[in-house]
Amino acid sequence: MKRIFLTIGLIVSMLSSFACVQKGGTGTTTSTGDTIKVGVYGDTTGATSSFGQSTKNGIQLAFDEINAAGGVDGKKLEMLFEDDQGTPEKAKTVISKLINQDKVIAVLGEVASSNSLAAAPVAQEAKVPMISPSSTNPKVTEVGDYISRVCFIDPFQGSVMAKFAANTLKAKTAAILGDNSSDYSKGLTQFFEQEFTKLGGKIITKQTYAQKDQDFKAQLTQMRDQKPDVIYVPGYYGEVGIIAKQARELGMNQPLLGGDGWDSPELWKLGGVSLKPAYISNHYSADNPAPEIQNFVKAYQAKFNVAPDSLAALAYDSAKVLADAIKRAGGTDSAKLKDAINATKEFPGVTGKITLDGSRNAVKPAVVLELNPEASKFDFKETIYPEGMTPPTTTTAATNGNTTTNTVSNTNTNSTANTNSTK
Amino acid sequence: MDTFVQQLVNGLTIGSIYALIALGYTMVYGILRLINFAHGDIYMVGAYAGFILANALGFAASPSIFGFAITLLGSMAIAAALGMAIERFAYRPVRKFSKMTTLITAIGMSLFIEYLFVFIFSGTPKAFPQLLPNEGYTLFGNAKISTSQISIFVISILLMIALQYIIFYTKVGKAMRAVSYNLTSAKLMGINTDFVISFTFALGSALAAAGGVLTAQYNPKIDPLMGIMYGLKAFVAAVLGGIGNIPGAVLGGLLIGAAETLVVGYGGYIGIPSTYRDAVAFAILILVLLIRPAGLLGSNVQEKV
Repeated sequence: MKRIFLTIGLIVSMLSSFACVQKGGTGTTTSTGDTIKVGVYGDTTGATSSFGQSTKNGIQLAFDEINAAGGVDGKKLEMLFEDDQGTPEKAKTVISKLINQDKVIAVLGEVASSNSLAAAPVAQEAKVPMISPSSTNPKVTEVGDYISRVCFIDPFQGSVMAKFAANTLKAKTAAILGDNSSDYSKGLTQFFEQEFTKLGGKIITKQTYAQKDQDFKAQLTQMRDQKPDVIYVPGYYGEVGIIAKQARELGMNQPLLGGDGWDSPELWKLGGVSLKPAYISNHYSADNPAPEIQNFVKAYQAKFNVAPDSLAALAYDSAKVLADAIKRAGGTDSAKLKDAINATKEFPGVTGKITLDGSRNAVKPAVVLELNPEASKFDFKETIYPEGMTPPTTTTAATNGNTTTNTVSNTNTNSTANTNSTK
Repeated sequence: MDTFVQQLVNGLTIGSIYALIALGYTMVYGILRLINFAHGDIYMVGAYAGFILANALGFAASPSIFGFAITLLGSMAIAAALGMAIERFAYRPVRKFSKMTTLITAIGMSLFIEYLFVFIFSGTPKAFPQLLPNEGYTLFGNAKISTSQISIFVISILLMIALQYIIFYTKVGKAMRAVSYNLTSAKLMGINTDFVISFTFALGSALAAAGGVLTAQYNPKIDPLMGIMYGLKAFVAAVLGGIGNIPGAVLGGLLIGAAETLVVGYGGYIGIPSTYRDAVAFAILILVLLIRPAGLLGSNVQEKV
């Protein structure tokens, strides 16, 4: 008797899984009818958990706004979130769950490049589009044509900081303290070094640490003797705060330079006043008076009671880009949706106009922000444009149309932003 | 030269923390022949207890020596209670089974504490408040030492002296030594061995908690998995010094701390990249086990079969 039940149960489950496969294969709308399921994965409990939290909030805000305005073609967007605890192995597991079990039509995530790199092959193999809001390592979208991103990439980000160091801070020598356990940090180290050397500067020492290290004084002491003009620390906020504190304790008062990995409200608590002088490259500045940015900042602040960092802004943009692509694709058929995402052009996002190039990377300017620990905020310093992209004459305010197409149309420069920059 | 002194100061600072944790490993091993793998996590609990106390009692707002002392003692007391509870509810019931059973229980306990804390506090690193007014002092030349480093040296030395006193000049210390010599005979002589074991766990846990608060004061970032690496390094330190031997644990801790820092500082000149700092501790462990299994200060006792 028991065996019969078991057999029936097995048959039923097999049939239902067939049904699902068929649905996925023919690529019609999702099973639930009036909602579209979108998978989101990120780190909300690990070492970089403020990244995942911001990403989740940003996407939630975008989805709420879209749904309040009637959804996409009458269907509501639904976010299914999975925590990957900030580890590549878990990222792979949760994206498999989202795709195979929850049957999401697209995936948004991760922030940390190492985690995106682990998860991307799963999405590519299942032919489910994945948009990374903020992974900047170039290798992420090289996984395949279903993987794209709405942020600029490390060759550009690294060169931005090198240019800022050489041109604005007039630095002649630099030291680099990188996180040896992250693809993000290794990429930035490489591209900063290339560009800085090209601009006539000299990298006098390179030291590394591993994520979760607690003590950096040994590396810093070694640097101190060589008296670099600036110290580039392309890491994540958790370690950076401590590094700043220990550097100042050792009497090193050079400017510290970093990237978007520093952007977290936790940074101020960890580093305090030691975070001055310090500058980072980032995706947007919350100080920008453009109305679409201020509206976003206000809505985010009202909903989550905290100021949006750039990861929240990028997540918000990635969700809006996805919704726009679903609309243009006329449904959620994965191949059409992928093509629609990859054809994104001049999409007016909070972090600037988003145009995906041939390698599915966004080509956008970066901002350099100065850290202001007394007020726990980042102050806008300057904007640096990629090669070939001319600064717009006006701010991006209220240009929803395509009035500035000429500036971006011929820019394949993102991955080679630093090849012809000897000027 | 000042660079070398600076590196030595840096190394001995971490070394003192390793030593504090290693003492707990070595004492428990001395008495029960058990490697208490949950010990590194007690160090983490100590840091969290300090974090909660400092914030709840308002010491976080205004740095003072008084606030620091209360936080330190409070978190030592909490950790001591936790250590006793772990021994009572996790290790005592399985003590009568094989050593392996207790060892596996210890590993389970360690994971349990870690992920319980991830569950309660999330894995987000928390910023530990500044409890002592932090100032830098110049030793000579360019070599600097900060208040938090001085507090690590001073407090760990005081605690080690106190421990030495307890073990050699008090009645319970005498009982501890008796139990470590032979548990069964000690019991037959009328020593309350359960109490002595409990007391040992309390003592070791309090020292680990002190290490936790001192580290958090020095590197103000705490997270639920911070005890794993420190626990392992301290274990290596205990083995290096000769497990079961108290001065050995201190010596081992200081040596590991210094070795690690010097590898980062000078390893580059002899072809060891700074990334290998963690590997060094474990390379030392393997060498010690090969060359002098009893450790630097351990006595080579023939095992009775």
